[in-house]
Amino acid sequence: MSDQLVKVEHLYQYFPAGGYGKNKKYVKAVDDVSFFINRGETLGLVGESGCGKTTTGRTLLRLYEPTKGRIIYDDKLLFDSGDVPLMNGDGSEVMENGKPKLGQKTAVNMKPYRREMQIVFQDPYASLDPRMTVGDIVGEAIDIHHLAASKQDRYDKIQQLLVRVGLNSEHANRYPHEFSGGQRQRVGIARALAVDPKFIVCDEPISALDVSIQAQVVNMFEDLQAQMGLTYLFIAHDLSVVKHISNRIGVMYLGNMVELADSYELIFHSVHPYTKSLISAIPIADPKKARENKRIVLEGDVPSPLNPPAGCRFSTRCPYATEQCCVETPKWQEVSKGHYAACHNLDKVN
Amino acid sequence: MSDYLVSIEHERLSFFTPAGEVKALNDVSFQVKQGEVLGIVGESGSGKSVTAYSLMGLTAYPGKLLGGSLDFNGHHINDMTEKQMQKIRGNEISIIFQDPMTSLNPVYTIGNQIREVIKLHTDKSKSEVQARAVELLELVGINEPERRLRQYPHELSGGMRQRVMIAIALACEPKLLIADEPTTALDVTIQAQILELMMSLKDKMGMAILMITHDLGVVASMCDRIAVMYAGNIVEYGTTDDIFYSPKHEYTKGLIRSIPRMDSKGHERLIPIEGTPVDLLNPPKGCPFASRCDKCMRICLREKAPVMYFGDVHYTSCWMNQKAELEGGTKE
Repeated sequence: MSDQLVKVEHLYQYFPAGGYGKNKKYVKAVDDVSFFINRGETLGLVGESGCGKTTTGRTLLRLYEPTKGRIIYDDKLLFDSGDVPLMNGDGSEVMENGKPKLGQKTAVNMKPYRREMQIVFQDPYASLDPRMTVGDIVGEAIDIHHLAASKQDRYDKIQQLLVRVGLNSEHANRYPHEFSGGQRQRVGIARALAVDPKFIVCDEPISALDVSIQAQVVNMFEDLQAQMGLTYLFIAHDLSVVKHISNRIGVMYLGNMVELADSYELIFHSVHPYTKSLISAIPIADPKKARENKRIVLEGDVPSPLNPPAGCRFSTRCPYATEQCCVETPKWQEVSKGHYAACHNLDKVN
Repeated sequence: MSDYLVSIEHERLSFFTPAGEVKALNDVSFQVKQGEVLGIVGESGSGKSVTAYSLMGLTAYPGKLLGGSLDFNGHHINDMTEKQMQKIRGNEISIIFQDPMTSLNPVYTIGNQIREVIKLHTDKSKSEVQARAVELLELVGINEPERRLRQYPHELSGGMRQRVMIAIALACEPKLLIADEPTTALDVTIQAQILELMMSLKDKMGMAILMITHDLGVVASMCDRIAVMYAGNIVEYGTTDDIFYSPKHEYTKGLIRSIPRMDSKGHERLIPIEGTPVDLLNPPKGCPFASRCDKCMRICLREKAPVMYFGDVHYTSCWMNQKAELEGGTKE
């Protein structure tokens, strides 16, 4: 049993966006992303809207069928498109006769894995069926996977789950509209926990909540992780929350991973110019520090993923961009132990 | 009386819904000086947007102003007719809404929407209006302004649309700009751009800004003064430093405690405010925060705490301060 619970290699997710034949256009939502998540840890994924973080999370669960890539869960191969090179443990490619060795085309039935891999969705207002009671929403997963021996057992399980996420057991007979945003998100979490999963993708679970409620939900995620030994992929655009909850953080920009490191290391010793500007752009809730803070304000907007810039995706907004950046895609390299970044000018930036 | 640009005294406002009277504002008072940035912070439903809208005379049905006086730049807003209000709106006082995606009209070009404001409030000629529109877009940092004026809102990104909104709001050089969560719908890097732009325009034009937000980080870097609202009340008011470094109301303290700190090295557990926001249909009798406050005393449930001043501007209403005083001097 390896330490890595989830492993993603060369993941691509292109969505068709109009056009026929040669002119067919694609939104390159995720473009060659590789990472792994260790057992019991939380990997944070941050980036601006449209950078592909949610798509990465969903593709990883095969809610979308990946365009290309390989997904490994608990040492079992879930998906392999058969056209991306195999990777060694250290991230290098497996070579065979001087050429990178490709994997075997595979796509397993996901149903047994849905019990182990779950997701908590972003918008607690849209992700719960308004016509189902909370008890049925939570119980649906129990029914599908035949986890309850009897009606009484099902009822007890639902009650336990609701109590576990900090709701009352009598809430089971109510409908979603009777709850506040924070409570709804708790229902969404209870639903994910119903099948006793090992791995949960948390897709911006707190961005729709009020500040005072956010801390409640973040604490609950931490408690559940400690009690049940869960592994999280925590997706959010709020870097301060991600830093709080994650062991490691990956930063995405326009479908690419640009930097990945231990969360402390990433915040205090980031090397990629995009990460640096992202960190400096966060408003600090401390007036004295905020006045001293010199923001690196990026020019312009995120380019369209329909037509991303050649070379480094960040080159159009990067203050350090050179000619090389506009032509050549930077390599994903290890800067220090466990700290990866993709940039041509690392020595100049730092 | 009037060294203040805005002066709101004891404003009470309710929405008469089928389910009953929702007391959105409950005795709200504050002042804004010329060229000052006041931040109003609070959760959703705390009444921050309603306060600002009522100042513009934009209280929507079934809302009704029940009492108090609203003064702005020599106008007594309470007594003004809709016609009189239209002259001020967009001219002396303007607003940027939260969502730039929905607050621009999708069937008119950007130019149309900017020129409309200028035409309404000035008697400039057609070419002067056009020149002013171009100038405004340049002011808010949009390149190729002539081309942009011919474009429709859907052709612009979120950050660009918010810039256009700012351009419209500033068309007549208002004395007061109300910014209702101007960056909530935007990404952090774009948020930084917009905030920077607002501050530089404030310095250039000398207007006052009423900044409504739930993000304490945004107010910390921008505002001179902060009003913290909870359930239709201003629970604490003070300078930015007062609020962040010596908060006196339990709600403010809780809010500041609950934000994750970027600079902490180890892992610290967050301290949330337990419970859920109050139901304004049946507001509690005493302090609105009492049901969520971990220092709640019996008196908090019975009556509202009196306003207590710390220094010239900083005030709050929380019984804990009275308690501290009785027990021998304030904590400071």
